Amino acid sequence: MAAPDILPPKGVRPPIIGPGQTFGTVTDRIAGIVLTKHTPIFWVLIVFVAAGLFGMLQTAVGYLLVKGTGIWGITIPIGWGFAIVNFVWWIGIGHAGTLISAILLLFKQTWRTSINRFAEAMTIFAVMQAGLFPLIHTGRPWLAAYWLFPIPLTMGVWPQFRSPLIWDVFAVSTYFTASFLFWGIGLIPDFASLRDSAKTLVVRRIYGMLAMGWRGSAKHWNRYETAYMLLAGLCTPLVLSVHSVVSLDFASSIIPGWHTTFFPPYFVAGAIYSGFAMVLMLAIPFRYLYGMQDFITLRHLQNAAKVMLATGMIVAYSYAMEMFFGWYSQDKYELAMVDNRLHGPYSFYYFMLILCNILLPQSLWFNKVRSTPWMLFVVSIIVNTGMWLERFVIVVMSLQRDFIPSSWGMYWFTKWDMMIFVGTWGFFTLLFFIFIRLMPAISIFEMRTLVPQAKVKE
Amino acid sequence: MTATAAPIYGLMAEFETPTELVHAAKGAYDAGYRKMDTYTPYPIEEAAEAIGAHHNRVSLIVLIGAMLGMIGGYSLQFWVSTMAYPLNVGGKPFHSWPSFIPVTFECAILGASLSAVFGMLALNGLPQPYHPVFNSPNFVRASRDRFFLCIEAQDPRFNVVDTRKLLESFKPEVVTEVPY
Repeated sequence: MAAPDILPPKGVRPPIIGPGQTFGTVTDRIAGIVLTKHTPIFWVLIVFVAAGLFGMLQTAVGYLLVKGTGIWGITIPIGWGFAIVNFVWWIGIGHAGTLISAILLLFKQTWRTSINRFAEAMTIFAVMQAGLFPLIHTGRPWLAAYWLFPIPLTMGVWPQFRSPLIWDVFAVSTYFTASFLFWGIGLIPDFASLRDSAKTLVVRRIYGMLAMGWRGSAKHWNRYETAYMLLAGLCTPLVLSVHSVVSLDFASSIIPGWHTTFFPPYFVAGAIYSGFAMVLMLAIPFRYLYGMQDFITLRHLQNAAKVMLATGMIVAYSYAMEMFFGWYSQDKYELAMVDNRLHGPYSFYYFMLILCNILLPQSLWFNKVRSTPWMLFVVSIIVNTGMWLERFVIVVMSLQRDFIPSSWGMYWFTKWDMMIFVGTWGFFTLLFFIFIRLMPAISIFEMRTLVPQAKVKE
Repeated sequence: MTATAAPIYGLMAEFETPTELVHAAKGAYDAGYRKMDTYTPYPIEEAAEAIGAHHNRVSLIVLIGAMLGMIGGYSLQFWVSTMAYPLNVGGKPFHSWPSFIPVTFECAILGASLSAVFGMLALNGLPQPYHPVFNSPNFVRASRDRFFLCIEAQDPRFNVVDTRKLLESFKPEVVTEVPY
C-alpha cells in the first residue's frame, strides 16, 4: 500500500500523477495488478459476497419467470414499481463513465486519463444491470424480443416506432454497443503491454490474442487516434440522448408530475450526478486497496466532487422547478401532485430525497470534504441513495394518484423486488472485480502520456 | 557488419526518448526514405507526421457508416409504419416522421461507431497473428518504454550498410537487423 494522501499547501492543486513516475513504473504498477499469481484476500472476500448476491439474483429471477410479475409489489395503478426505478437508476449511473471517457477527452481534460478505463467498465456493467429490469418486467423476456426489436417473423408483427419505449430500446442498446466498443478499443494497446510483460506462455498467448497483433506502429496509432476521437465525438451526443429518451418515457405521457418539457436535461444532470457518485464509490476503495494513490490522486477526487456539486445544483434547481411548474400551471391535478409530494403518504421519501440530494451534498463546498476520501465516500453513498429515491418519487408518487380518486392506490415492494435489486449490486460488483483482476483498470498507454518525459521536445 | 544471406525485413533502431525518435524519423524522411515506421508505447503525433503518415481514411469510413445507419434506420421505420404494419395510433399519420427521428439518430450513431472501430482495425490490418518486427530483439519494450524506428528493406534506397550508417548517425541505443 502506498503512502497516505498528503494535501499540498493552500492554493496548490494536487498533481494528476504522483512524482517520480516513468514509462516503466507506470506499466509495471498497473500491469502488476493483473500479471500476478497472488490474488489479494480482499478480492476473494468481495467476489465471494458478490457471487452470493448474484446467486440470489438468479434465484429471484428464476422464480419470477416461473410465477410471473405477480410476485412483485406492482399493481394497477402502479405498474412500473421497482423495475423501472432500478432501470433508471442503473442507467443513470452509467452516464458518468461516458462523460469521463468521451466528453472530458474532447475538452482535453487530462485528469480523466487515470479514471476513464474503470469508469467505462462501470458504464458497461451498469447498463447491463439496467437492461435486465425492463426485460424481466415484461414477465416473458423470451417474447420481448419481437415486442422490442424489429425481427421479421411469420406473424408479421412489428414494433411501434411512435412509442418512446421503443426509442428507449434503440437508445440503450446503441449506448451499450458504443460504450463497449469505446472500452474495447482502449484496451487493445494495453493488452499488447500485458502480452509483452507476461511471464508465462499461456498468459502471453491469451493477451496476445486479445491484442490482435498490436505493435504500436505510427500508422496504426494515427488511425487509432482518429477512430478514438471520432468515437468520443459520437458518444457525446449519444450519452445525452440516452437519458433524454429515458425521460421521454415519462414526459410524453399525460400523468401529472411526468408531463413536463424539462425532463430531458433534468434527467441527464441527475444521471451524471449519480454516476460521479458511483465513480467515487469505486475509485476510493480501489485506490486504497491497490495502493493507486499515485495514479488516482486527490486531484481526481476533488474534480469528481466538483462535478457532483455542479450537477447536484442543476438537480436541485429541477426539483424547485417541478414544484414551481405545478403551482404556476394552476392546474388542479398538477397542484394535487405538489400537495401529494409534500403531504401525501410517501412524503417521507420526498423529504429524504431533498435531504440526500440537496442538503447533505452541500458539504462538498468545503475543501476539507473534497480532499478527505472517506468523507467523499460517505457523500457518494448519500447521493446515490438520494438519486434512487428521486426515481422512486417520480415513478411511484406520480402513478399513485392521477386524475380519478377511485383509481388511486399504494405501492409496497415485496421481498422478491428487494432480492432482485440487491442481487444486481452483487452482479455489478462481481463483474467489476473480475474486470480489475483480468484487465488493466487504468489505461496504461494513456497514463504514459502524462509522464513528464512523454512530450517531444523541439 | 556485412549483409546476411537471408532476406531481412529491415533495420531497427532503438531510442530512449520520443524526442530522439522523432528527430531520427525526420532525418530518415529527409534522406529520402519512405517505407518506414515507428513503434512507440503511446501515440506520438509528431512521429506520424515525421514519416508522412498523418492522413488516414478512418473519418471517411465513419461518415459512410453513419449515413448507412441513418438511411437504414429511417427506411426501416418508414417501411414498418406505412407498408408492413400500418397502425392507426391516436389518428397520427402513418408516416409520422418527427417520432422517427430518435431511432434514426441512434442508428446513425450505431453505424458510425461500428465502422470507426472495425474500419480502423481493417485499415490497420488487424488482427494480424504474425509480423516480422516482433523478431527484433528487445521489441517487447515497444509496448513499455522504448521508441523504435524501422526502415524497411523494400524501400528503393535501402542498403544494409548505408542505411545502418544513417541510423547510427542519430545516436540510437542499438541498430539491429530484423529477420523475416
